[in-house]
Amino acid sequence: MSRIIMGIESSCDETGVGLVRLHDDGTVELLADEVASSVDQHARFGGVVPEVASRAHLEAMVPTANRAFEKADLKLSDVDAIAVTAGPGLAGALLVGVSAAKAYSAALGVPLYGVNHLAGHIAVDTLQHGPLPKPCLALLVSGGHTQLLRVDDIATSITELGSTVDDAAGEAYDKVARVLGLPYPGGPPIDKAAKEGNPEAIAFPRGMTGPRDAKFDFSFSGLKTAVARWVEGAERRGEEIPVNDVAASFQEAVADVLTAKAVRAAKESGIGTLVISGGVAANSRLSGLARERCEAAGIELRVPRPRLCTDNGAMIAALGAHVVAAGVGQSSLDISANPALPVNIVSV
Amino acid sequence: MAKWLNHFAAAQRPLSSTEGIPWYTVLVLAIDTSTPAVTAGLATLAGADVSVLAERVTINPRAHGELITPHVLDAAREAGVTLRQVDAIVCGVGPGPFTGLRAGMATAAALAHGLGVNAYPVCSLDAIAATAQAGEPFLAVTDARRREVYWAAYDADGNRTDGPHVQAPEPLGLSVAAGDGALLYAEKLAVRTIDPRYPTVAGLVAAARPAFDAEPAPLTPLYLRRPDATEPGARKRVMA
Ligand SMILES: [Zn+2]
Repeated sequence: MSRIIMGIESSCDETGVGLVRLHDDGTVELLADEVASSVDQHARFGGVVPEVASRAHLEAMVPTANRAFEKADLKLSDVDAIAVTAGPGLAGALLVGVSAAKAYSAALGVPLYGVNHLAGHIAVDTLQHGPLPKPCLALLVSGGHTQLLRVDDIATSITELGSTVDDAAGEAYDKVARVLGLPYPGGPPIDKAAKEGNPEAIAFPRGMTGPRDAKFDFSFSGLKTAVARWVEGAERRGEEIPVNDVAASFQEAVADVLTAKAVRAAKESGIGTLVISGGVAANSRLSGLARERCEAAGIELRVPRPRLCTDNGAMIAALGAHVVAAGVGQSSLDISANPALPVNIVSV
Repeated sequence: MAKWLNHFAAAQRPLSSTEGIPWYTVLVLAIDTSTPAVTAGLATLAGADVSVLAERVTINPRAHGELITPHVLDAAREAGVTLRQVDAIVCGVGPGPFTGLRAGMATAAALAHGLGVNAYPVCSLDAIAATAQAGEPFLAVTDARRREVYWAAYDADGNRTDGPHVQAPEPLGLSVAAGDGALLYAEKLAVRTIDPRYPTVAGLVAAARPAFDAEPAPLTPLYLRRPDATEPGARKRVMA
């Protein structure tokens, strides 16, 4: 008998409720994916304000859940298990989702699974492309994370190969957008400007690519500073800023480092599949360059559609379904939200 | 039958599961996380009579998210009821320091949704005032942290006459006060302190009782303070 899993996500600025059906053969089908975003409320602050996000989560939680059940044409009583993001993320934001999830679990009398947000970003790909090969590699890039992961089993076994030592890739996008006078969040406007620019116009540095640097770690702080310096230099000389060229050259530096390291990790560990997910996965140059390089190296590339790549409840429901299918024990109702939950802990 | 009973479809359910409880009684689940107390409990309400069946309280300002749902379930077990029998939920909506307050409110909202019952908001200071025995006009005062208090003023019958407000503690024109903020700042407020220290299940249900006559108001926190956030100024230069 198939089972319905409800997923709740509130780790950053999106309140997400997803519903999926776990079939007996282990495949997971998307039924509903409703998101309420507070991104507009953060725009004037140039970044996510935790208290503003937490307030918005509380307001949006039940209405978003309602919309998901309407969309899926299901009743609350159809739910067989609840999955919720237990971390990592903003403490106050996570707390709203975890509290609501526990209450739904108690009210409906169904088990609770506190799961890892990062693993959810990978699990979501199974909704579009089917079961993940074991093992596979995953590159997570968003405003909050930049990580290269080895996934031996999405429900139980994830190992971090590398991560950013300073800014997340998406954070660098936001900061560079600000320098160029483009709106927040920076990803889409930079991607758009870059399409009109020359990616080889300016040679921005590739962080953490020296012979003594950690092979699979990333750094974007130096790149961000280099862009700011370059722009200021041009301003000082009274030159007009070639926004499109700066955007294209910056974006090229980001995509180059991310894809080079991911492909190198795949080759070195003999892994044939790379999944790229997270908000920045929607970036056209990143996915384009990854496609070129994966093809050249004989690696299968999987990128979920943009709507699945950003934070949502469907990714948590999908991960919950895999955790349920793997027979992992349910979470206690006194679990805490863990803002620093490490990626190797898939469920708590 | 009292008019407010019409708002509880469940009040018409058969007697079987509530043996010993009069048929016109409604079963209320109360939650409050606006103070360091993590409070949940069950009470029956018959007319204006509140009787508490079970109450779970832990004083720990950092455990609201962990403990509130377990407290709800423990209280139901002790009361000998299941959550499915609950007719209405009452939730303290503060004022209270933000993070913990939201844990209880998200819990109440999702429980109400999951159980298909109404959740009624109640000002947490009113819940304190509802069981205070002052015999004269008095204050309910809780700790707002950052050396401030949340407060409201009440007449001798417990009706709110002013507030809620947030401010630094100073004499507020009344000499009797309930709540943990009164204990903490008795000297600065120039008050004699009385019980209770935190909202209780009895106080929450009693304070929410008039709200049962209408459709519930939205479950919105009484934040009183704006979020701490500043808009960025001019872009900082990396070169001096
Ligand atoms: Zn994310």
